[in-house]
Amino acid sequence: MTAAVTDHSNCETCPAHAQLEQMGVSLGKSDYLVALAGNPNTGKSSVFNALTGLRQHVGNWTGKTVMRAEGGYSFQDKRYKLVDLPGTYSLLSASEDEEISRNFLLFGRPDCTVVVVDATALERNLNLVLQVLEITSKVVVCVNLMDEAKRKGMKVDVRSLSRDLGVPTVPTVARTKEGLRDLVQTVAAVIAGEIATKPVRPQHPPELEKAVDELVPMIETVAPGLPNARWVALRLLDGDHKVRQALLSGELSELEGRQAAPVETVSSVVALQGRQ
Amino acid sequence: MTTKVLDPREVLLRADHLRREMGDDFRDRIVSSLYADAQRIADRSVQIGTGQKWDWDQKIDRIVTSPVFGLPIMLGILALIFWITIIGANYPSQMLAEFFFVVEARAAELFIAWGVPALLTGFIWNGVFRGLAWVVSVMLPPMAIFFPMFTVLEDLGYLPRVAFNMDWLFRNAGAHGKQALTMAMGFGCNAAGITATRVIDSPRERLIAILTNNFVPCNGRFPTLIMLATIFVAAAFPPAFASLAAAGAVVGVVLIGVGFTLLSSWLLARTVLQGEASAFTLELPPYRRPSILRILYTSLIDRTIFVLWRAILTAAPAGAAIWVLANIDWNGVSLAQHSANFLQPLGYAIGLDGVILLAYVIAIPANEIVVPTMLMVYMGVSAMSDITSYDKIRTLLIDEQGWTMLTAVNLMLFSLLHNPCATTIITIWKETRSAKWTTIGALMPLVFAFAVTFAVATAVRALW
Repeated sequence: MTAAVTDHSNCETCPAHAQLEQMGVSLGKSDYLVALAGNPNTGKSSVFNALTGLRQHVGNWTGKTVMRAEGGYSFQDKRYKLVDLPGTYSLLSASEDEEISRNFLLFGRPDCTVVVVDATALERNLNLVLQVLEITSKVVVCVNLMDEAKRKGMKVDVRSLSRDLGVPTVPTVARTKEGLRDLVQTVAAVIAGEIATKPVRPQHPPELEKAVDELVPMIETVAPGLPNARWVALRLLDGDHKVRQALLSGELSELEGRQAAPVETVSSVVALQGRQ
Repeated sequence: MTTKVLDPREVLLRADHLRREMGDDFRDRIVSSLYADAQRIADRSVQIGTGQKWDWDQKIDRIVTSPVFGLPIMLGILALIFWITIIGANYPSQMLAEFFFVVEARAAELFIAWGVPALLTGFIWNGVFRGLAWVVSVMLPPMAIFFPMFTVLEDLGYLPRVAFNMDWLFRNAGAHGKQALTMAMGFGCNAAGITATRVIDSPRERLIAILTNNFVPCNGRFPTLIMLATIFVAAAFPPAFASLAAAGAVVGVVLIGVGFTLLSSWLLARTVLQGEASAFTLELPPYRRPSILRILYTSLIDRTIFVLWRAILTAAPAGAAIWVLANIDWNGVSLAQHSANFLQPLGYAIGLDGVILLAYVIAIPANEIVVPTMLMVYMGVSAMSDITSYDKIRTLLIDEQGWTMLTAVNLMLFSLLHNPCATTIITIWKETRSAKWTTIGALMPLVFAFAVTFAVATAVRALW
């Protein structure tokens, strides 16, 4: 255990303390699905390893988590499956990595998405956070590398960040596991609805908002049950080929009533490959 | 309730129409409003103090990625790592070999005392066990020294700088700059390097990276190179410079390997895999203090034990095969000798001999065991037993088997260039799903290996 939280004398008796259990790849049936997104090289894999007890290879170079890896942890009698997505700077252009991440957020329907950001390069990292917020509202922002920020003389006000983004933010130092207990607790609270999220949505010009408003009902008719028709509308207006194709082929419509099961089997295989 | 079914194409048509109405700079406006929001939020929540340590990373980067010092620093680091490995591995290797030799002799005595048939005793202890003992004593010490140092570099954040320094070379070869990264991973294990090519988006450039990864020596081949450099190259220098010369020779071989990576990439990009090199962004991460525990775990468990275990799995059957070949006679000559005689003309033509080629055939499952296999065939043939030090290996190879500097140099070249091991070939198949590219990936290096060693042997024989 880290010494960083010793100022809370009742820490040992806190319910969170005893109930975080690393489950490795023994996923079995999980109650919740949590996605882990973030820019490359923000310590995403360190967060993943610290929570699951797995040894996903961690290296200080960009793009080493090529496929998504999976692991599990249990917290307060609930089992969480954690999916480590490849690091990306954006979800707008369609490199293979960005597509894997985007598809998972869209089709994998995670119960909560943790976006890991680098505290020392917040501005660049927030671009991705804002894009994720357009897809899903169940988001927790994990402000990692707080130690490096401190070393560089930077102060990150996570409260102000929370307020501006409309979702909870948790400061962490994944390498020393500082703040990770807070993170799992916040994720649990967001899933349970104890923390209401009201993500900030970018202010678009009025003519764009009007176009989106027109398309959303159409999209909802074609693909009922889609949780983020607004995002799909924006992508269609941008002429995104992949999203056009998904709509034409019915991939988006099939989302309705689809269980998480097929995703699980595919990704379990991936998880094993990722461990090699 | 409406039952009207809306065709998805209608939605697309409407979206296209709306997009045209909004004008061309629509996407730019979305992106810039996104950036403006990100900047506004970040500005509000981040306070930058008066930290003086701010630009340490940049100062270091200006030196290690400078056009002048970048490559020399890289080579210096590489040479230092090999040098430490060479001087550090020699003694423990010798101790392990002596220990295993005593175990082998005692156990064989014990078996004979118990009345176990001599044939079975020989098979188990002089065949299977000796194969295992060789692999462990030759490979374990260098790996246990080399891997942690390599992992430190990786953890520190040096690898992306390597990619940055070498980008222009790969771009000029018509390949992807990130191939420098996958090449660096290939030093650990070619199969891992090939898997790492997934970071390259363009299928053409990824294929080039897969097919040429074999030209950097993996950890299975480093012990071979290090041993040959120590025995032959180092011996030609005064003792004070011996280990430095050996390290220099290994660096030289690595450079030749990088040269062949670039040459074969260039050839592929000009012939079967034509196209433009694509642009990419490479982030130079901050330097981070490596975490000792994680380095030990990654380098010793994930890498050393993994590679060693694989070697052991292939060394046991190889040891058994050699023992059988060396102990079954046909017309009064062992099968090993027959095979070696059959391969001798080809071996001679490329500056090696029949036994070395036989060892390569037996060692196809894993490159790690080539030298042990070779020594065992020599010993089986000459019925010599205790090889416990590099000196004794030198005596065996030079005095009894007639090795020359040409044999050693060509063996290093052959080891560097020849076909990938079975695991790597399977990985190429898994990543490409193409019988054609898997065959090319396996045969192209072999053709290079024979061509280069043949040329060197012919040139040397013509000149001397």
